[in-house]
Amino acid sequence: MSKQNIHENEKVPNQSSSGRVESFWGELTSWLDDWLRIEPDGSITAFSGKVELGTGVRTALAQIVAEELDVPFERVHMVMGDTARTPDEGYTAGSMTINSSGGALRQAAAEARQALLELGAEKLDANIADLVVNQGVISMLRDPDRAVSYAELMGGRLFKREVSDSAPLKSPLDYRLVGTSVPRVDIPQKFTGQQSFIQDLQLPGMLHARLVRPPSSSAKLVSLDEDSIKDLPGVVRVVQRGNFIGIITEREEQAILAAQQLKVEWLESPSMPPMADLYTYLRSQPTDDNILIDHGNVETVIASSPQQLRAEYHQPYHAHASIGPSCAVADVTNDQITVWCSTPGPFPLRNALAQLISMPEEKIHLIHVEGSGSYGQNGSDDAAADAIILSQEVGRPVRLQWSRQDEFIWEPKAPAMVMEVRAGLDQQGSITAWDYHVWSPSHVARARFAGQLVAAQLIAGQPFPAGRFSFGAERNAPTNYTFPCQRVTVHYLANTPLRASSMRSLGGAENTFANESFMDELAVAAGVDSLEFRLRYLDDPRARDVLRAAAEKAGWEAHPSPLVRQETPLQGRGVAFARYENEEALVACIAYVQVDPVSGEVRVKRIVLAHDCGLIINPDGLKNQIEGNVIQSLSRALKEEVQFDELRIRSVDWETYPILKFSEVPELEIVLINRPEQPALGAGEPSTVTTAAAVANAIFNAAGIRLRQIPFTPEGVKTALAIE
Amino acid sequence: MSDQIVITVNGKPHNVQATPETPLLYVLRNELGLHAPQFGCGLEQCGACMVIYGREAKQSCKMTVADVGQTPIITLEGLMEDGQLHPVQEAFIEEQAAQCGFCTNGMIIAASALLIKYHHPSEQVIREALDGNLCRCGSHVRILRAVQRAAELMWGPGG
Repeated sequence: MSKQNIHENEKVPNQSSSGRVESFWGELTSWLDDWLRIEPDGSITAFSGKVELGTGVRTALAQIVAEELDVPFERVHMVMGDTARTPDEGYTAGSMTINSSGGALRQAAAEARQALLELGAEKLDANIADLVVNQGVISMLRDPDRAVSYAELMGGRLFKREVSDSAPLKSPLDYRLVGTSVPRVDIPQKFTGQQSFIQDLQLPGMLHARLVRPPSSSAKLVSLDEDSIKDLPGVVRVVQRGNFIGIITEREEQAILAAQQLKVEWLESPSMPPMADLYTYLRSQPTDDNILIDHGNVETVIASSPQQLRAEYHQPYHAHASIGPSCAVADVTNDQITVWCSTPGPFPLRNALAQLISMPEEKIHLIHVEGSGSYGQNGSDDAAADAIILSQEVGRPVRLQWSRQDEFIWEPKAPAMVMEVRAGLDQQGSITAWDYHVWSPSHVARARFAGQLVAAQLIAGQPFPAGRFSFGAERNAPTNYTFPCQRVTVHYLANTPLRASSMRSLGGAENTFANESFMDELAVAAGVDSLEFRLRYLDDPRARDVLRAAAEKAGWEAHPSPLVRQETPLQGRGVAFARYENEEALVACIAYVQVDPVSGEVRVKRIVLAHDCGLIINPDGLKNQIEGNVIQSLSRALKEEVQFDELRIRSVDWETYPILKFSEVPELEIVLINRPEQPALGAGEPSTVTTAAAVANAIFNAAGIRLRQIPFTPEGVKTALAIE
Repeated sequence: MSDQIVITVNGKPHNVQATPETPLLYVLRNELGLHAPQFGCGLEQCGACMVIYGREAKQSCKMTVADVGQTPIITLEGLMEDGQLHPVQEAFIEEQAAQCGFCTNGMIIAASALLIKYHHPSEQVIREALDGNLCRCGSHVRILRAVQRAAELMWGPGG
């Protein structure tokens, strides 16, 4: 790989404020046979370029296909994320799988049904209007014995037609499968120990590998003493290219041992600001500013308002922290290469890998195999790159497993951010103007090009390239409230001290934390109940409904915050609302907390969440996603912060990066609002955005202290109480 | 060979090929071809690699094959009898108690070991028993429900 190669310019995608860019970095096909096939036995194979990331979309997509085609659910088999077999649907990201792939498959299935009806009409010598379809069999409405099956008409043959977009779609009112809790198709095998994950893949003649990564991304290799492992059994090759080092062995435990014992000297140099200065550092960097909303003269209106408020909120780096460290298997035994990995973007990653090993893209067959949940860009793409380099070196299939520490240090983090909000209130306590600012690097640095892969950077000895476009920090920076005067500005930082890329909701969670905490601060200043205060600024009936549904379920008792009762622990409740990406699913979250004023410990006892994502495809699958979003975002709000110093990332395991445990999980109550007349909106992320603010607002309600920095640690609580 | 290590896994003896200091996990996965115990950390911090060791749920990522001794080991695969799901597996499926499912092996193993000792553990006891098992997807409330359901399947309704 040449240096020129890794710096190849990116195509800058169309920037869309709706935040769906990642999902659409694909090249879609309208050829029906690319989406659907009727097999000779009448089963249906459907192809999606999206992948299963543990969210249940394999099941939901099959439901959509079976519904539209009128076949039993069990008959649909999904093939997903395979560069030789499926359409290129870019990344599985942004809660867009149901919307985009589901939408495309629905249209394709409707087209297929139409094509089958046309063939059926010919075969039965009837008009289409006189035909009905039931369980994959077309029959005469008035003469059910005159019938022909899909398999008889089309089994094993190609449709050879375009998806016209004019085939009639079934009315959601007639759905019998979509809208029901079909159990997940992938679960039984996972619960019985059948091969399910990339980590389980075994190939004949496969070797094992571990990496010997530098202690930090800026470290340089000084010396490598191969003799230090010469007595160890099973070592096939020590691969060293620049700062990239990997060890290939016959057996897995041999690779672990050799990686521990290989003597390597690195030269480290400080490359990060001190952690204590992080937020000052972020605000002092050069930025590229993007004003999203500028309505009225914010400065003048705030300056002339009787009450003026300002607050700054801080978001630290977070890790995706997948339970299973990344793994990939590559087979570069001849010039047809196969890579199995858990990438969320098989096609773009194939492009990056082709650049990395200087091979044409067509020579690489990339197959997605499920990994541990990834919640954005974890180490999966990088592990695939490591594996392909190692396999190429030995000309045999290699399984590369990252260590726990590899994953924590080398996965791209959710970026640290600073949010500042100012507003004015008039004599009646109404908002006169709202001024929002966020400082953030790009939330997206996906591995679409070799230069974005860790392996390429270690080989070239060059640091992570600055983002060529910035994206994601604007997500939910604007609220859905109607303000008479407002400005929303995104200050994009060119660089990020720690490598950063997509994590669940991008900037949505952080912006909502700031927006919804500040709404609470304004409600307090106005002396108004925080739920009532929000309703005053919401026109959208769906927004009002979702807030009311949460309040009703929770038994919300209206009163201005705080209401510090003289009892230990202190108890309180808080609310937060958001419409994801301002036009996707609507979420209202109410949290009940206890605060121990002595230990500073915050315990979240109960969370009620109301959710409206339009038409619901699979209620139980949806609930599962929401529960996961709430618990994961609660973990992030209460406990998570990537530790680092000027030299290294210091969060390397579960002790240095603790996450929420069973003993800390609250009671959850979910209210689903189904709207069959509305489009199905994604649900993988929306309910992740409201938790932190709901909890912060509940802490204020209980203890009269305002926590503006995530995570809400006991130390933070005690400091705030001392100031109070 | 006199120092041949033999371990008993899912009721069958197995002659270990790996060196004695090899952690049990890699022998289970790579020599016996068992996929259920997963590598999560190698530090006994997350529980993804759990097996039933004697009667206890135990992490297999640091315990060496030499230290296994005569104590029988049961993996998730060994919980099934004659192809029939173990009640804990059945309950986990009924409750759809996973998202990615990578941690589930440890959850089912820890729950199975718990339900041997306590037939009707309170939710508090279940939470404590599973506190060393990490789940990143946030399937906790389903897992708690599944363990309670499994207790009923195994031992009848609680008093």
